[in-house]
Amino acid sequence: MNILVCVKQVPDTTEVKIDPVKGTLIRDGVPSILNPDDANALEAALSIKNKNPDTQISVITMGPPQADEMLRECLSMGADHAYLLSDRAFGGADTCATSTTIAAGIKKVGNIDLILAGRQAIDGDTAQVGPQVAQRLDLPVVTYVQDIQLENGKVKVQRQLEDGYEVIEVQTPCLLTAVKELNKPRYMSIYQIMEAFEKNITVWNHEDVELDPADCGLNASPTQVFRSFTPEPKGKGEMLAGDTKEMAKTLVTKLKEKHIL
Amino acid sequence: MNFTRQHELIRKLAREFAEAELTPEILDKVEETAEFPKEILDKMAAAGFFGIKIPKELGGAGADTVAYVIVMEEIARVSAVASLYVSSPNSLSGGPLQLSGTPEQLEKYLRPVVTGEKILAFALTEPGAGSDAGGMTSTAVEDGDYYVLNGRKTFITMAPLADFAVVYAKTDMSKGSRGISAFIVDMKQEGVSCGKAEHKMGLIGCATSDIILENVRVHKSDMLGEINKGFTNAMKTLDVGRIGVAAQSIGVAQAALDEAIKYAKDRKQFGRKIADFQAISFMIAEMATKLKAAKHLVYDAAYLKDTNQNASMAASMAKYYASEVCNEICAKSLQIHGGYGYTKEYRIERLYRDCRVFTIYEGTSQVQQMVIAGQLLKK
Repeated sequence: MNILVCVKQVPDTTEVKIDPVKGTLIRDGVPSILNPDDANALEAALSIKNKNPDTQISVITMGPPQADEMLRECLSMGADHAYLLSDRAFGGADTCATSTTIAAGIKKVGNIDLILAGRQAIDGDTAQVGPQVAQRLDLPVVTYVQDIQLENGKVKVQRQLEDGYEVIEVQTPCLLTAVKELNKPRYMSIYQIMEAFEKNITVWNHEDVELDPADCGLNASPTQVFRSFTPEPKGKGEMLAGDTKEMAKTLVTKLKEKHIL
Repeated sequence: MNFTRQHELIRKLAREFAEAELTPEILDKVEETAEFPKEILDKMAAAGFFGIKIPKELGGAGADTVAYVIVMEEIARVSAVASLYVSSPNSLSGGPLQLSGTPEQLEKYLRPVVTGEKILAFALTEPGAGSDAGGMTSTAVEDGDYYVLNGRKTFITMAPLADFAVVYAKTDMSKGSRGISAFIVDMKQEGVSCGKAEHKMGLIGCATSDIILENVRVHKSDMLGEINKGFTNAMKTLDVGRIGVAAQSIGVAQAALDEAIKYAKDRKQFGRKIADFQAISFMIAEMATKLKAAKHLVYDAAYLKDTNQNASMAASMAKYYASEVCNEICAKSLQIHGGYGYTKEYRIERLYRDCRVFTIYEGTSQVQQMVIAGQLLKK
C-alpha cells in the first residue's frame, strides 16, 4: 500500500509574540515545527505500516528550502520518502494555489492508495487545503477523521462531529484529514534520525510538476490577506486532575508558589 | 559549539521526550516510591536512548559522543535520575563490553541492554576500595573451566535491578592493579546477592546497593577481555565515561538556573521583583557564565573523543569543572529561592540533592585533579 501524507512547516504559535506597535506577529527566532494535525496524519500512516510492513509512506510539502528540516523530522518518525515542492513561483500562494501545487506534486509521485492530511495548520486555521487537494485530484474526501480502519480496497472511518461521530465507508484512493483525537504521534528515534540524513529529499519546481507559473503562487491566488492580528492572549489556565484531596493539595502548593497563601 | 542538523534533531527529540514524559507528577511519584516507571524506560529504549553511541551492528543508533551528551543534558535537565538509565548502557556498564567483549558476549549481553530488555551494572567499587580501585580484595580463583568469585562490591548503581553485572576481581593477588580481571556475572546465579538498597540523599529512583559474591562460579567464556587486564578496561571505561557525568551536570545546572530566573522574576520583596536587586541579578549572571563555560568544556571533550583525539584530560576537566559548577549553581539558585527553596514543594530542593553526588561518583573532583595534573606534569 502506498500512503502519502501532506505536511506543513509552521511557526510554533505557542511561542509567537505580537509586536505591540504594529500588531503583527513577530516570527524572528520562533522555532518552526511540523504542524500538529499533520503529525497525527503521519502517525496514522505509520501505524498502518506497523500492521502492514510492505506499506510505503511518502510525505510531501510545499515551502521554502528550510522545510527540508521538517521533512527530516518526518523521516525520523518513520516516513520512507520525502518530497519538497519549492520554487519562487509557488510563493504567496493562498489555499487555492497551494492545493493546485500539492495536487500536481501528488500526481507526479503517482500510484497513491491513500492520502492523509492534517485537519488544518495552526498558522492559518483554514482547513481548506486537504479538501481542495482531493477536489483537484477528483478523489473522495472525509474530513475530521478520528478513527481509521482498513478493509479490502475501502476504509471505514469515524468522522468527528460536535456531539458525536459518523461512521463512513469510503473507496480508496481517497483523502482523509486527521484530527488530534485520531492518535498520539510517536517520537522520532535516534536510529531513524541517523538514517534520515542518509535519505534523499526530492525537490521539485513548477516545471518538474508541469505547472505554468500563472497557475501557481500569488498569480493564482484569488484571496489576499489585508491584515493579520492575534487577539490578546489570556494567561494559560491549568486543569488539575485526580481526586478532590489531591487537587486541593496541588492547588494549595500552586498558590503557595505564587505567594498568594 | 557547532552542532550538526542531526544533533539538533536529537536535541529536539530528547527535550520533547523529557518534557512530555517526565512530568512533575511522575517525578514526585518516583521520589515517593523510589521506583522508576518501567513504561518510561521502555519508551526511552524505543527512542534509542540506550544505544546512542553503540554501533548499529549491535542494535545501537551508531551516533557519536556529542549526541550522547545532548541526550544526557536534556534528560538530566528534567530528571537527573532518568539520565542515569541513559548513561549506564551507553557508558559505564556498556563501556567495558564495547571495549573488550567478544562478538558472542556483545550479542548475548550488550544487545538486550540496548533494547532495554536487560539491565547491566558496573561493579568496581568495594567498601575498602573507592578512589583506590586497585586496592580491591574480591578474588577470582581458577577452577577447571570456571572462575570462583568471592567478595563484596559496594555502591553499585542499579544492582538490585540488574540482570547482569560486570564485576572486577583479583585473579592474581600479588600483582596489585595488574592482577585484576573483569567478568560478566549473571545476577540470578547461585551465590550472588544484593545488599539493602542505600538510602541516598538524591537520585532517588535508581536503586544502589552492595553485590555480595559467595563462591560464584563464572564460566571462562564470561571473562571479559584478557586475564589480568581488567583494571585497564575499568580505567578506559571511566576515562571517557566521566563525560556522561559532566553532561548530567550541565543539564541539572541549566534546570537550576532556569528555576532561579523564574523565581527571581516572580518573587517580590520591598515592593519589587527580587530580580531587580543587583545582588540577585549578579548571582544569575555569574551562574549563567559559569554554566556556559562548563558546556563548552563538556562538548569539547565529546568532540575530541569523536574525532579520535586524546580526550582523557579534557573529560576530566569537563567532569571536574561541570560538576563543581553545577553544585555552585544549585546552591545559589536555592539561596535565591530563600526559605521556599528549602522545602520539597520547590524543584530546586531536589536539584540541590541530586547534584551533590556529581563531584563524587565516577571519580571525585580530587581524582580528576590528579588525572589533569598527572598529564600536565608527566611531560
